[in-house]
Amino acid sequence: MKPDDDLGRLLHDRFDPVLVEPIPARLQMRRPAWIGHARAAAVLAAGIAIGLALPFTWRGAPQTGPVASAGAPALPVRAARAHVVYAVEVRHPVEVDASQQEHLVAWLSKRLGTKLKAPALTAEGFELLGGRLLPGPEGPVAQFMYQEGAGRRLTLYVSSRAKGEGQTAFRFAQEGAVSVFYWIDGNWGYALSGEIDRATLSRISTSVYRQLNP
Amino acid sequence: MDYEQVVVYIPNLRRYARALVGDRHAADDLVQDTLERAVRKFHLWRPGDLRAWLFSVMHNVFVNQLKSRRIPPSAELDENFAGATTPGWVTDVRDLERGLALLSAEQREVLLMVSLEDMTYEQVSRALGVPMGTVMSRLSRAREKLRRHMDGEPERTDLKVVK
Repeated sequence: MKPDDDLGRLLHDRFDPVLVEPIPARLQMRRPAWIGHARAAAVLAAGIAIGLALPFTWRGAPQTGPVASAGAPALPVRAARAHVVYAVEVRHPVEVDASQQEHLVAWLSKRLGTKLKAPALTAEGFELLGGRLLPGPEGPVAQFMYQEGAGRRLTLYVSSRAKGEGQTAFRFAQEGAVSVFYWIDGNWGYALSGEIDRATLSRISTSVYRQLNP
Repeated sequence: MDYEQVVVYIPNLRRYARALVGDRHAADDLVQDTLERAVRKFHLWRPGDLRAWLFSVMHNVFVNQLKSRRIPPSAELDENFAGATTPGWVTDVRDLERGLALLSAEQREVLLMVSLEDMTYEQVSRALGVPMGTVMSRLSRAREKLRRHMDGEPERTDLKVVK
């Protein structure tokens, strides 16, 4: 192994634990003020506001998806963005890899306060890579990542239901290149995201749903 | 500005800041100032690489903090950490921390953006506002200095990083 890789690994060993530390209250942005600033900035720069608004606009499902009352983006939007951020990571797509699956599921279950399951998608051609913990508007969120061979990745995003989000059956949303199937079951929202065609994603979502509700 | 979009990067900003300035509170001060500045300057962001933009905001805040001496120019990593699992690890980490503290702030920024944040040279160049050549030369100097420091420990016998 090259010394540069050793150095990188050592840096990750030392500082990656910071990623999963609870975020101190002073850094948890006060959402209303934040959005207020954003609106003000957007109004000030009207031309840019259009540019800003575009990526957040729901194509294909205008305003039909659940919208959290506090102003946080709806479940499929959050899931798709988390997918975009982490699915492209080459070296660190997950915090805990699938070789420690039991530990991973126990850890995420503990942090979310519910009993989670990492569905097996081997039959669909996807292997579990691992998972990570993310911050969400209603508390921690779990993200499981799957990979098909050396190629496409899928993420399963599990978040507690936001205020104002009602139960939903399967719904489909498209955020840029990312397709999302999502549903809200009890107090939990689930979203399966991937840059993958709708039919395939639908089939896999059904499998996920069945495994979570045997 | 979209809350959720920025929130996903807070863990990254914190990890990087911790490695950059060492002290936990000083690091979170840096993150907090960065987030506040990002809100004020958000109209300057063009939809694109939000992470690189946030790091460029943090760089500017960091430089200002250095100028006003709110943080010392060399990092002091003195906190306790959990997770030491193998015997060689603690000494490696201590060497790493001392070595990081020996680097200039500029070298530390480049090294951490590349080796810890996995940013490309181009992203680092944009975040720091310096040419790619400068990024590469700072990086190689930083790596060399750090490696020399870590190799130079007389009591060390095994330099291999134990996972």
